Amino acid sequence: MKQLESQYTKILSDYMVNQTEKNLYIAQNFTRQLIQKSISPEDVVSIHKNAVEQIFPDQMSEAQPAYDFLIEVMVHYGMAHREHQSLLQKQAEYEMEMNIATNIQKTLLKTYVPQLQSIDIGKISVPIRKMNGDYVHFFHDGEDYLSVAVTDVVGKGVPAALCMSMVKYGLETLAYAYKDPSYVLEVINRVIEKGVDDSMFVSMFYGCLNVKQNIFSYASAGHEPALHYRAKVDQFFPVEAKGLLLGVLPETSYSFHEIVLEENDMIIMMTDGVTEFRAQNDLNSREVITALIKANRHLTAQQLCQLLYKEIEKVQNFKLSDDFTVVILKK
Amino acid sequence: MTCKSSVEIITEWDIVAARQLGRNEAKALGFDTVDQARITTAISELARNIYLYASIGMIQIERVETITEKKIVVVASDQGPGIKDVRKVMEDGYSTSGGLGAGLPGVKRLMDSLDIHSVIGVGTTIRAEKSLR
Repeated sequence: MKQLESQYTKILSDYMVNQTEKNLYIAQNFTRQLIQKSISPEDVVSIHKNAVEQIFPDQMSEAQPAYDFLIEVMVHYGMAHREHQSLLQKQAEYEMEMNIATNIQKTLLKTYVPQLQSIDIGKISVPIRKMNGDYVHFFHDGEDYLSVAVTDVVGKGVPAALCMSMVKYGLETLAYAYKDPSYVLEVINRVIEKGVDDSMFVSMFYGCLNVKQNIFSYASAGHEPALHYRAKVDQFFPVEAKGLLLGVLPETSYSFHEIVLEENDMIIMMTDGVTEFRAQNDLNSREVITALIKANRHLTAQQLCQLLYKEIEKVQNFKLSDDFTVVILKK
Repeated sequence: MTCKSSVEIITEWDIVAARQLGRNEAKALGFDTVDQARITTAISELARNIYLYASIGMIQIERVETITEKKIVVVASDQGPGIKDVRKVMEDGYSTSGGLGAGLPGVKRLMDSLDIHSVIGVGTTIRAEKSLR
């Protein structure tokens, strides 16, 4: 403190003599040093008071009470300042913790896209915040069956991510029944209804493809309808099924439906982050999606997913409003 | 050597009396102007808490002088409702909400140490110390 005081006295007395911009610039740099050493506002006033006392000893007796008064005022400012510092530090700690949690979530909810010879699979899932409230789960049995669950937790961020870990482990225990969409949804519904807060809801689209027979059976729990692209007629058909969101009522049943896939057909599953355009109201999101896929149907399923993301992000001025997930199965 | 004196806090003007007592004691111990201001502000905050939340209480100021150290000890005691969650009131931003800089964490930083002893329905005693360096 003594050293800072004599430095300050020197800078101030130089300024009193010359009063140039250079003096003020030196003062600015010195202030940086004071802040770095977390010198409080009341100490700065005290340093100033002592400096003035040294430079103008004869003028001090009158001004001293005024300086002491300012010190009193600045003590309270100093309190606010130090509280602010400590809150900033806390924020940095939270941020670090958040980054760790994000990495853990990424590891926990990592999805491996299976590689099948007769089906081309594409997947993209991009969170809007750090943590993803969407999740995709695959089951497959060699080249015979392939199941996909596309899930969306109502809500974003940390609560959604925590809930999703539960959905994932619920799904994993269902490996024995993965060919039965109704059963899977019914079990996951019970898991969520029992284990999660009442305000938490999850939507899920669950489909199972019998690869050999080309039959796609599916059920939905309040999820965004999927799309079926039929190559033969070059048209899209909605893949819909009625069903309550998961976690609302304990005993809910979900009916399943079947469609037949033919050569070059596609199933496009997505979350509502893909279809809810808020940027332009006059745009029909489904039309944008179908037009894009139609025009680029020669691409691989993965390339199509990436293209959809890129284009829809552009339509929304790079400000997506929800987690974005698309899964495409291409025959 | 220990020298104790105290001020009862009933009206808002008693806060002023507590401040005055604290400043006199701090000055007598040899604290500089800035530390005097800090100690006084801390006392003011503690007295104000009594006035606002407990309505009746006391600020006691001890001047401790031994061969090895000189320190001021401020004890604020009341028969108020007590503090439910002491850890919470010691968190920054809890009582101040908006960074007005008051609150117990602020008092702790103005002093060297702060201890809270509180029993629900019985009252609260807060002891804050600052040594002369």
